Amino acid sequence: MLSNKEIQERIAERAAAELTPHMVVNLGIGIPTLVAKYVDADSVFFHTENGLLGVKELTSEADFDPDLVNAGKLPVSEQIGAAYFHSAESFAMIRGGHVDVAILGALQVDAQGLIANWAIPGQNIMGVGGAMDLLSGAKKIIVTTNHNAKNGDPKIVESCSYPVTSIRKVDLIITELAVFRFRDDKLVLEELKPGVTLDEVKERTGASFILSDKLACKEGKE
Amino acid sequence: MQKRRKADQIIHQIKSEDTVMVGGFGLVGAPLTLIDELTRHEVNNLTIISNNLGEAGKGLGILLQQGKIRKAIGSYFTSNREVGDAYHQGKLDIQLMPQGTMAESIRAGGAGIGGYFTKTGVGTDLGMGKEVREIGGELYQFEEALHANVALVKAAKADTLGNLVYYKTARNFNPIMATAADFVIAEVDEIVEAGQLSPEEIVTPHLFVDAVIESKLVLTKEGVVSKDAVQ
Repeated sequence: MLSNKEIQERIAERAAAELTPHMVVNLGIGIPTLVAKYVDADSVFFHTENGLLGVKELTSEADFDPDLVNAGKLPVSEQIGAAYFHSAESFAMIRGGHVDVAILGALQVDAQGLIANWAIPGQNIMGVGGAMDLLSGAKKIIVTTNHNAKNGDPKIVESCSYPVTSIRKVDLIITELAVFRFRDDKLVLEELKPGVTLDEVKERTGASFILSDKLACKEGKE
Repeated sequence: MQKRRKADQIIHQIKSEDTVMVGGFGLVGAPLTLIDELTRHEVNNLTIISNNLGEAGKGLGILLQQGKIRKAIGSYFTSNREVGDAYHQGKLDIQLMPQGTMAESIRAGGAGIGGYFTKTGVGTDLGMGKEVREIGGELYQFEEALHANVALVKAAKADTLGNLVYYKTARNFNPIMATAADFVIAEVDEIVEAGQLSPEEIVTPHLFVDAVIESKLVLTKEGVVSKDAVQ
């Protein structure tokens, strides 16, 4: 049985495979933050909404600078060719469609592709940060999430019961069990992790989905 | 023209009932010395526009504990749980905004723009009651500009005219807030003579800045400390 840490690392590693050289990428808090270590640091440009293009992981304590943080307020470093800018310019990059990919965590994603990742009903709704801006503006949205919540509830559901973050639909969902893509407004199962069965994914998913041609072909033979 | 002032004097620009913009992303790029002066300044019913309200008992969190803030406008108050408590006790009004909308509204306020349409927030709880318009086949919602009586901003350096340069991610909301208030006070770590900053490197030109004070409190690896202790 994998620990939650191992599960999250596995999800992050799969998400990293979606990134190609020279992409501008914004990473959310949680699992998305882990994606950075699975890509060649010089090949992509990480953007952080508090005002830096060219975020690099902090590798040495000597480089720690309290005035150099990411959107999660964690200390980071700067890539060669990095640039700083103010908050309005940073969100012009996001909302203006200049960021190629946003990788985000989720509370729920539904069969229509809508995501809820900013508020839990019945709790204080005291923060939204850049979540809604990233949904409205990034060219591609990749959701990285544990397949189920801590209590076992599916996070992929028929219709979000939590407040949605945007009317814009996400493109890809990566969990420790599977990869789903939205095609023509349909939720399509594209990959099963090795050792994971289709029945297990069906059991642990709260939404109906269809199989990709490739997967349907493979499952049909078995 | 000499804009250098003392923090304990210039803080009197802030009056009760004022709307005050305060720069910073958490404590990074926050005008810590001016916030500290504000905790000793007798005002109440302030509206604070800032991304966060510090942390419990830190930065703007102290002003909240003192009951000086009536309303907070920002994007992320989760880092200070006392904000939620004050809200539920009816002591504090909250206006939660997407961070990009907050930034753009401040930019608009400084540029003489009354409002604008954005896709962010459409169809969400934060879009309720807002005018929605279809533009080019997509839905946008109307957002009003933000403006303040006083802005407290943090920069790395100023010259004596009030030109400002910033440092790394401590820039954040500061340059836009410097454009969007009737009176702008800049806290800086170093004040140099006019002419010593390259015109090419200046981010905030001096016409936006009314007063400059030198910081006494700074953010270090060990947290917020007196600058004298660092030097």
